[in-house]
Amino acid sequence: MAEKIRITTPLTEERSRKLRAGDSVLISGTIYSARDAAHKVMTETLAKGEKLPIDWHNQIVYYLGPTPAKPGDPIGSCGPTTAGRMDAYTPTMLEQGIKGMIGKGSRSPEVIESMKKNGVTYFAAVGGAAAFIAKSVKKYEVIAYPELGPEALAALTVVDFPAIVVIDSEGNNFYEIGQKPYRKL
Amino acid sequence: MRTIQVEQITQEVAQMCKEAAYYLPEDVYEALKKGRETEESPVGRDVLDQIIKNAEIAKTEDRPICQDTGMTIVFVEVGQDLHIEGGGLNDAINAGVAKGYTEGYLRKSVVAEPLFDRKNTQNNTPAIIYTEVVPGDKLKIEIEPKGFGSENKSGIKMLVPADGVEGVKKAVMEIILHASCNPCPPMVIGVGIGGTMDKAAYYSKRALLRPLTVRNAHPKYAALEKELLDLVNKTGIGPQLGGTTSALAVNIEWGPTHIAGLPVAVTICCHATRHSKRVL
Repeated sequence: MAEKIRITTPLTEERSRKLRAGDSVLISGTIYSARDAAHKVMTETLAKGEKLPIDWHNQIVYYLGPTPAKPGDPIGSCGPTTAGRMDAYTPTMLEQGIKGMIGKGSRSPEVIESMKKNGVTYFAAVGGAAAFIAKSVKKYEVIAYPELGPEALAALTVVDFPAIVVIDSEGNNFYEIGQKPYRKL
Repeated sequence: MRTIQVEQITQEVAQMCKEAAYYLPEDVYEALKKGRETEESPVGRDVLDQIIKNAEIAKTEDRPICQDTGMTIVFVEVGQDLHIEGGGLNDAINAGVAKGYTEGYLRKSVVAEPLFDRKNTQNNTPAIIYTEVVPGDKLKIEIEPKGFGSENKSGIKMLVPADGVEGVKKAVMEIILHASCNPCPPMVIGVGIGGTMDKAAYYSKRALLRPLTVRNAHPKYAALEKELLDLVNKTGIGPQLGGTTSALAVNIEWGPTHIAGLPVAVTICCHATRHSKRVL
């Protein structure tokens, strides 16, 4: 594979717009985990005109619900969950300034349009490589919604977190590009 | 009459939950390695390397292979000459699931009610338990923790007899193409044919317990398994980001059905096709 690109958070729009579908990246810095339940709460909070627990400007969201950490470990197994389940909430969240999303699987046309408008990159981590991915997480700290258990909003300190750009800010989709040469039906 | 205590069942189920979460079955591991050798996409090979490495880390360090440690499906065969003492069988199994998921640092992923409150039960219970009474005095327990990234992409089609083999192939392929990159491929595909709508789904779940190297005992179904696997591996889905290793196996289970029907159920499982078994 081509040389891996190193990214350090926060991720600016300018940096995000330079990434291309198929780029292999290693992410370091702080990323924030949230999945179904946290997204529901956050969009409800915004609908009420209230403030979110964190400022999402130039941040990366990781769609994740980890296993509990064993004693002495910062986190348990922590691979990506299916991003498409967050599609209904995503355009609203991207308006909050998020510049990167990490998950797995396809996204809706509405999400891709919002990504193009806001200069957002969608990264995939390898689904089910959860014990391997955990090696790149150094710290896990719940920031809000602790009552949601594994679905809480948390800050993860990561070093060389492995991911690949699957949909770039121009809407190029590596899921389609990557499948095409091997489709022989 | 032979007697077994519920405490023993609980202990064994707890242990099995942990084993299933940490240790990828050998046949699945070998199938992944074989897929790595033949995968044509360089990105696909990279993904398979990560998946294989992940299984090795999980095994050596007793860690969950995937953070989705699943909803626990339990298949039980109770010998009719066995006496279970000290409590209810389902309660004993659920106590084992709660113990295993808590002690083993597994994620609790079950909500008590699906639509309105969705409150987490905090111990991964209740399990989905299928019980059959069989001759003998043994207790056979098989555990299949099922992740929902792949479960959400599963499906069922109620075909009619005139649809025949071509109809079955078309139904399976429609479900697989719709699932595409989402269920964490390389997939293991369980297909249930026959029965009623629910029974076909049950067959498709049972099919995932069969070793990937063992084909259906019926030669025509065995041939269909191979043909379907070949078709799935020509979709380009590959190991998540495109390639030739879209599935590791297609396992079909079938059973009698109605003169008017041809139910086809497809349970898609991810590369972390996990299970464990005990005969007590």
